[in-house]
Amino acid sequence: MAVLEDVTSPPATGLRPRGVSQREKWQRRLPLLPALIYVIVVTQVPFIVTLYYSFQNYFWNQPGGATWAGVSNYKEVFTDPNFRAALWRSVTMTALAVIFAMALGIALAVLLDKKFIGRGVVRTLIITPFLVMPAAAALIWAGPMLDPNFGLLNYLLEPFGVNHVAWLTTHAYGSVIVVMVWQWTPFMTLIVLAGLQGQAQDALEAARVDGANAWAIFRELTLPHLRPYIELGILLGSIYLVNVFDQVRLMTNGGPGTSTTTLPFYIYQKVNYAFDIGGSAAAGVVTVVLTIIVASFALRLFARVFQFEEAQ
Amino acid sequence: MSSSRSSFSKRKLAAAGCALALATMAAACSSGGGSSTGNAAATGGSSSDTGTVTVAVVSNPLITGQMIPLTESVFEKDNPGITVKFATYTEGDLRAAIEKDVSTHSNSFNVIMIGPYETPLFAKDGWLDNLSTQYISGDPSYDASDLLPAVAKSLSYKGDLYAVPFYGESSMLYYNKSLLSAAGITMPLHPTWTQVAAAAAKLNQPGKQAGICLRGLAGWGDNMASLDTVINTYGGEWYNTSWQAQLTSPADEAAVNFYVNLIKADGESGASNDSFNQLLTLYGQGKCAMWYDSTVAATSLATTYPSIFAQTGYAFAPVDKTTSSGWLWSWSLGIPQGVSDQGAAWKFVSWATSKQYDSLVASKYGWSAVPPGSRTSLYQNPSYQKAASAFANITLQSIDGTDPTHPTVNPVPYVGVQYVDIPQFENLGLEVGQQIAGAIAGTESVSTALQNSQGYASAYTPSELSG
Repeated sequence: MAVLEDVTSPPATGLRPRGVSQREKWQRRLPLLPALIYVIVVTQVPFIVTLYYSFQNYFWNQPGGATWAGVSNYKEVFTDPNFRAALWRSVTMTALAVIFAMALGIALAVLLDKKFIGRGVVRTLIITPFLVMPAAAALIWAGPMLDPNFGLLNYLLEPFGVNHVAWLTTHAYGSVIVVMVWQWTPFMTLIVLAGLQGQAQDALEAARVDGANAWAIFRELTLPHLRPYIELGILLGSIYLVNVFDQVRLMTNGGPGTSTTTLPFYIYQKVNYAFDIGGSAAAGVVTVVLTIIVASFALRLFARVFQFEEAQ
Repeated sequence: MSSSRSSFSKRKLAAAGCALALATMAAACSSGGGSSTGNAAATGGSSSDTGTVTVAVVSNPLITGQMIPLTESVFEKDNPGITVKFATYTEGDLRAAIEKDVSTHSNSFNVIMIGPYETPLFAKDGWLDNLSTQYISGDPSYDASDLLPAVAKSLSYKGDLYAVPFYGESSMLYYNKSLLSAAGITMPLHPTWTQVAAAAAKLNQPGKQAGICLRGLAGWGDNMASLDTVINTYGGEWYNTSWQAQLTSPADEAAVNFYVNLIKADGESGASNDSFNQLLTLYGQGKCAMWYDSTVAATSLATTYPSIFAQTGYAFAPVDKTTSSGWLWSWSLGIPQGVSDQGAAWKFVSWATSKQYDSLVASKYGWSAVPPGSRTSLYQNPSYQKAASAFANITLQSIDGTDPTHPTVNPVPYVGVQYVDIPQFENLGLEVGQQIAGAIAGTESVSTALQNSQGYASAYTPSELSG
C-alpha cells in the first residue's frame, strides 16, 4: 500500500498549499482514518492470521487442532509439482487473455471511434460483457453456450460438420481463456477509446494532407499516442485476470485433471477439498509475495505512464 | 482544448486504476485466511424441543424437491416452536462446509447431512451425538430396528448409530429397453462388464445417443465412486493389507483402462464434467442407451422423466471377478456434538427419516417418489411395492448385497466399497479423481494418470494411514 501512495501522491502535491502545520495535516487525515482502519482490519489482520497458520500443521478433518510445523508447509509448496504447474498456468492464462483482449479491444475501439448511426447503442452493447457478473457469465458459457449436447455453439457449428465437441473437456484451457477474453475486451476497448478520443485531430489532418495512408497514420501516429493507454489496460487487466477464479471454478472446476487449475483455484482446493489449512496458508503467503514482487514492477510502470502525462 | 480533455480522462482513469489495484491487493492479502463464515449459532441452549434448526444438505432432487418444501409446509406448521433453515450445497461444497464447521466447533449447523464415509470418522473424533443412547432409546416410536441393516451398520460406530439415513443407495445399470431390443440386445439381470461394453459399442450413435453414460467428473464421490466398483470387481484395490498403494497393480490398471476406454469409445461426450445430476438429465432426455449410477436415480426418473422411466430396464451392477459390485451410500442426518437446540434438531431428524415422512411424501408426490433405501417397512408396504415395482426389489437386493468391510477380491485393511474410510481419502480421492478425469478427457494417458495417482497414494506412511 505504501507503494500505491507513492504513485498517487505526485499529482496531488501540486494542488496542496505548502507549509501546513502538523495539526492541520492530521485534521486532513482524520476523515480518512475510518477507511484506513477498515482496510487494515479486513486485509492485514487476515494476512497475519494466514502467516501464523502457514507455520502450523492443521487439518480440518483431523482432530487435535493446530500444531507447530516449522517451515514444512513451505517446503511442501515448493516441492509440489501441482503448485509450480498452477503458477505457470496462471501466468500463461493471464498473458494470453490480456494480449487477445487488448488486440480485440484496439480493433473495436478504432471502429467505435468512427462516427456512424447507432454508435451509442453499439457502444453499450459492446460494453455489456464487462457488466455481467463473472459467475453468471461463466455459468452461461458453461451451460447454454458450450455444453456438448445442448450447447448453442455446437448447434451453430453443426452445419459445418463440427459435431458435439465437448469444449470444456477437450479444449478446457482455451475455453476458459475465450471467456476471459470475452469479458475483458470491453474494458480494453473503453481504455483505448478514451485514448483515441484524446488524440489531437490537427496532427492527423496534417498527416493526411502530407499523403499518408490510413495504416501509416495508425502505425506512426495513433499507436504511439495510445501506448500509455495500452500499457495501462495491460497492467490493470493482468492484475485482475491473474486472480481469476469464477470461470475456473464454475466452468471446469480446475479440470479435466488439473489442466485449468490456476493459483487461486489451487489454494481454494487445498482448503476446501484437502482441508489442509497450513499448506494452503503457505501457498497463499508465497502467492502474495510473488504478487507483490510483480506488482511493484507493474506499479513502477504505472507511475511512468503518469509521468508521461505530466510531461505532456 | 483537446489536451485538457485528455488529462481529465487520464485522471479519472488513474482513480479507477487505484481503486482496482486496492481491491486486488485486498483480495490477494486475504486469500487463504482461516476465517469461518456462516450463520451465527442458533440462539439459546435450552433442552426443550423448540428453537432454530440449521440444516446443511446436499442439493439432490429428493432434498430440494421434497424435504425442503415439506419442512416448510408441514413440519414447521406441526411444530410452531421450531424454525428450520436450510443451507444447500453441491456434494463437494457440502463436505467442505460441514468439515469446517464441525471440526472447528463453529456450530452453525445443528443438523448435518453426511454419509457412511464421514459418520464413523466423525464419531471416532467425538464430533457427533450418539443418536442411539441420547435419543432413540427414549423414542421407541422411531423404530430404529426398521432401518435397513446394511445401511444402519455403515452409519454406526461401536454398535451405536451416529447418523440416520434419509435415503440409501447402491449402484445399478439402467437401460432403455426399446433401444436395446431394436439393436437385438437382451440385458441379463446380472451382466458382466464385458457384456455391457459389447452392448455399448452396438448402441453408441455419436451425436445422437451415447452407448453408455458414466461419471467422469473429478471427485471421490463422483467419478471415483463408479470407477472404484469396477476396480473392486476386477480384483484391484487401493491398498494391500500392509497399506502399500496398489494403483499401478495389473488389476487396477486393467480396470481403469477398461473404464476410461469405455467412456472414450462409447460414453457421453464431455464425460469429465459429468456426475449424477448431469447424467440424470442426459438419461432422462434419452441421450443414453445405458447408464451405470446410483439406484436412487430410479426415484427421480419416475417423478421427473415418466416417458423414459416407462422404457427403462434395470440390471444389477455389472461384475467381472466378483458376484456383486454395487456401492453402498446413504445421505443421512446427524447432530454435531455441542450444538444448541438439540431437542429440536432431533425432532427434525427423526421426522425427516421416519415412516410418517414416507407416507407424507406418498400423499403429496405419489409412492414412487418416496426416498428409497432407508427402511425395511417401505419395501413391505404393498402400495410402494406396486408403485415402484420396477426398481424396488433390485434396489433392496443391491443394498443388501454390499459388504463395505470386504469390498474387494483380495483382503484389504480398510472399510468402504467406493471410498477408503480414512481422513486422508478426502484429498487423495480428489487427487486421483482429477488424474482419472484427465485421462478421460485425453489430456494424459491412463498409465501416466495411474503413476501420478500411485505417487499421491504412497505419500502417506502406513502408520499415518492406519491411524
